[in-house]
Amino acid sequence: MTLREKQQQIIDDFSMYEEWLDKYEYLIELGKSLDGLPESKKTEDRLIKGCQSRVWLDCEKKDGVLYFSADSDAIITRGIIALLVSVYSGRSAAEILADDFSFLNDLGLKENLSPTRANGLVSMIATIRAKAVENE
Amino acid sequence: MTIEELRAQFPQLQRTVYGKPLVYLDNAATSLRPQSVIDRWTEISAHGTANLHRAVHHIAAEATEAYENARAAVASFINAPSADEVVFTSGATHSLNLAAWGIGEAFLQEGDEIIIGESEHHSNIVPWQLLSERKHLNIKVLPVNEFGRLKIEDLYYLINPRTRLVCISHVSNVLGVVNLVGFVAEICRRHGILLLVDGAQGIVHLPVDVQELGCDFYAFSGHKMYGAPGTGVLWGRKELLDKMPPMFGGGEMIDSVTWLRSTWAPVPRKFEAGTQNISGTPCFVEAIELMKQMPSGDEVRDYVYDKLRGMSDVRLYGLPGENSLKIPLFSFTVDGVHHEDLALILDKMGIAVRSGQMCAEPLMDAFHVTGMLRASFAPYNTMQEAEYFVSSLRKAISMLR
Repeated sequence: MTLREKQQQIIDDFSMYEEWLDKYEYLIELGKSLDGLPESKKTEDRLIKGCQSRVWLDCEKKDGVLYFSADSDAIITRGIIALLVSVYSGRSAAEILADDFSFLNDLGLKENLSPTRANGLVSMIATIRAKAVENE
Repeated sequence: MTIEELRAQFPQLQRTVYGKPLVYLDNAATSLRPQSVIDRWTEISAHGTANLHRAVHHIAAEATEAYENARAAVASFINAPSADEVVFTSGATHSLNLAAWGIGEAFLQEGDEIIIGESEHHSNIVPWQLLSERKHLNIKVLPVNEFGRLKIEDLYYLINPRTRLVCISHVSNVLGVVNLVGFVAEICRRHGILLLVDGAQGIVHLPVDVQELGCDFYAFSGHKMYGAPGTGVLWGRKELLDKMPPMFGGGEMIDSVTWLRSTWAPVPRKFEAGTQNISGTPCFVEAIELMKQMPSGDEVRDYVYDKLRGMSDVRLYGLPGENSLKIPLFSFTVDGVHHEDLALILDKMGIAVRSGQMCAEPLMDAFHVTGMLRASFAPYNTMQEAEYFVSSLRKAISMLR
């Protein structure tokens, strides 16, 4: 599945739910299904700054492809980072940098998060982009 | 006054969020504003604006009178011996910084010690840290026990000949337990130590008589007691205020200014530099008037307390003892569920609560948590809202599990 197709799939999934509580339920399920990180990888340097709850992002490069894994102590945040990981993990740095992350606007995620959490989302995106730049 | 009559005075209670009626349980952060306060503020802004204390024209006199009437109303509300002891500020944080500056300059020397309660809001910690850096003082912490009650008996070994000041809250903004200020005041008095009380939460829920409490300073905000945002009070004993230098200079705080030296106006004007909150501060009158008529809200408080205590996975912080009371403020964590997730789900159900460290990071560390969820009630919160909160909390927890 291309990056764009994956994004469209999430947009379609998300639009099935009308009520925001149901959308949250979807994010919570995503959060629960995320593998997470072992305690040894929940380190200061993997912590994403600017989030109210703690979010860790790990990035590994194999054969020119970036693999992300992540964790958070809050389940909805975990769901959000899981969503980002499912889109951007297994892509090349060039593919990630070519994307404008605008599919998040289609989800209406930012508008429906509290400002502190919306800032957290911005920080997550910035970190993923920074990892792509580092590994370009 | 019935709760229905009270609710009718708060326009924001008519609001909906996400199509659901707003259940506002973040009153400890900022209370809602009654129509009488909104009207007063609007009236002064529309027709009564002028600079205070200076000009001879009619509107200036009117505005000054409104401002000084508020001072008298506040003085009477807290039973201050004199209205001159009521200093208007922009809020409790401003009051505490102003107190720290003046007390530091007037009464403290290098090596002196300050004792601060462990459950204090950052606003009653940081000004003292700034002061102690400037003056090279030592800060000691008066701990709270596992129930969130101040371990007042610890004062006996924290106090030494260098102790000059004790700073505690009347009620912690996290724990909601009423601290036994009178008891602390008695100990301070015997040792000749000053006592400052952060009354930001206490003034909202308790009758406050500063003379009976026996403290030397009492600070609070207008915006938590149904008044205007950007207003606050520092009450202090006059003989102390007289000795304290001002923190800010300029405006009506002067007596005379020359290139050689300036002298200050008498208290309280000495501490009110710059243009005052002309529209906001007079609203203390309306806020206090309404507070005097509000129903107690005890029934709702007791209901929520019992329900939260009865939920096995909820850890409630701040349990009152036999001799102490609790205000309707409940901070808690839920085993295995993040406080922020809960706040987010409750928000979508129309319930406004607070999550996080609540400006009390040292207290969060003491309880080994990264944050808590806080539901704080006001007398306009109904039993139905309390029931909706409890059932929504249960629903949110099961969603997140």
